[in-house]
Amino acid sequence: MTTQHEIDAAIAKAATGGGAHHPARDYPPYRSSALRHPKQSLVPVVDPEAVELTGPVFGVTDVTELDRDLTLGHHGEPHGQRITVSGRVLDRAGRPVRGQLVEIWQANAAGRYAHHLDQHPAPLDPNFTGFGRCRTDDDGAYAFTTIRPGAYPWRNHVNAWRPAHIHFSLFGTAFAQRMVTQMYFPGDPLFPYDPVLQSVTDQSARDQLVAEYVHDLSTPEWSLGYRWDVVLDGPSATLFEDGDR
Amino acid sequence: MTLPPTPAQTVGPFYGYALPFYGGDEIVPATHPEAITVHGYVFDGAGAPVPDALVETWQADQHGSLAGAPGSLRHDPVTSTVIGRDGVRFTGFGRVPTDADGHWALHTLPPGAHRPGATPYLAVAVFARGLLHHLHTRIYLSEHADALAADLPALAADRRATLLATLERDRLYRFDIRLQGEGETVFFDFQ
Ligand SMILES: [Fe+2]
Repeated sequence: MTTQHEIDAAIAKAATGGGAHHPARDYPPYRSSALRHPKQSLVPVVDPEAVELTGPVFGVTDVTELDRDLTLGHHGEPHGQRITVSGRVLDRAGRPVRGQLVEIWQANAAGRYAHHLDQHPAPLDPNFTGFGRCRTDDDGAYAFTTIRPGAYPWRNHVNAWRPAHIHFSLFGTAFAQRMVTQMYFPGDPLFPYDPVLQSVTDQSARDQLVAEYVHDLSTPEWSLGYRWDVVLDGPSATLFEDGDR
Repeated sequence: MTLPPTPAQTVGPFYGYALPFYGGDEIVPATHPEAITVHGYVFDGAGAPVPDALVETWQADQHGSLAGAPGSLRHDPVTSTVIGRDGVRFTGFGRVPTDADGHWALHTLPPGAHRPGATPYLAVAVFARGLLHHLHTRIYLSEHADALAADLPALAADRRATLLATLERDRLYRFDIRLQGEGETVFFDFQ
């Protein structure tokens, strides 16, 4: 059985001191990565084809206004702290990513997913499923209403706990900008123990995964407001064209 | 000026009630007279099937258009549940989770050439628990093997072969994704 101390040592050993934006796919402290990362280098494509420089489009048929509120759709109100999470989706040139799909999923307030493989003894909430969708507006902005998810245990090692997080899936105008990531909450004491977050070895890159509490985004007598902006990576061709393909 | 990108994180094990959607595997209905089926397994470095992977595809339509169309996630207007595509408009986007045995299957139309002389293919993104940053590959149908060889001459023939979907029978293609080890799929870094 791997202990937290062993994982801490592995995290320290894998710490590169910075430079990389994304996690290495081969990251021993996250033990499931061992057999699930390619050993061959990725094949560089310096001049991607139009197939990777375009991507799926979504419209009014694909998302309803209700989909952005994860506290709706059940008979009652979910347990937990009501929050809003909003921000902008940008490309690396700082331009808004417009009309694109943002999907989120998360554990309930007790840290349990509405998924049969999550069997840890925390209560399910009959009034919370935990997924939502929205489309970015002309400013690249997205917004969700939900409850703050709980931390939860997992079996990477003994006493492994994931800091509270919301999973995000995002699309850009180019399929090569496709992104899946996780948003964390500021000041979580579990950060240093979590190999998934620590797989991002650059501190400033890691900080980009942490939302900011913004008091002006809180609603009196109703919800706490968090802001989190996302910058989609992508090939350099996505920096220079006008996004109008 | 470029902004630093937000780092990727693994899709984890619990995306199953959020990302897969009804009809995600039917870019066209399986009964469409010109439909092809592409199917295969996702394997890990020990050769074990990966039951918690998600395969996404994006492609041109039969005429090579990459315009796509909304409507992959069409909602029922009454219940608001996702009811899938309308069977008419070609959205070009597929999303299919692997089964308990690591298998996935997708029904679509063969992509057309997206520019004169281009070799058509399906762009693929692979997500999985254990995979901290998703991977991109391509599915070329076996009839385009020679064109693929001409497009990617620097790639060894056995590596290139991992990008080919082989014809198992009429309109049924097999494409396995090996994340690691022998026969490891070629994954791309689009710069
Ligand atoms: Fe999670």
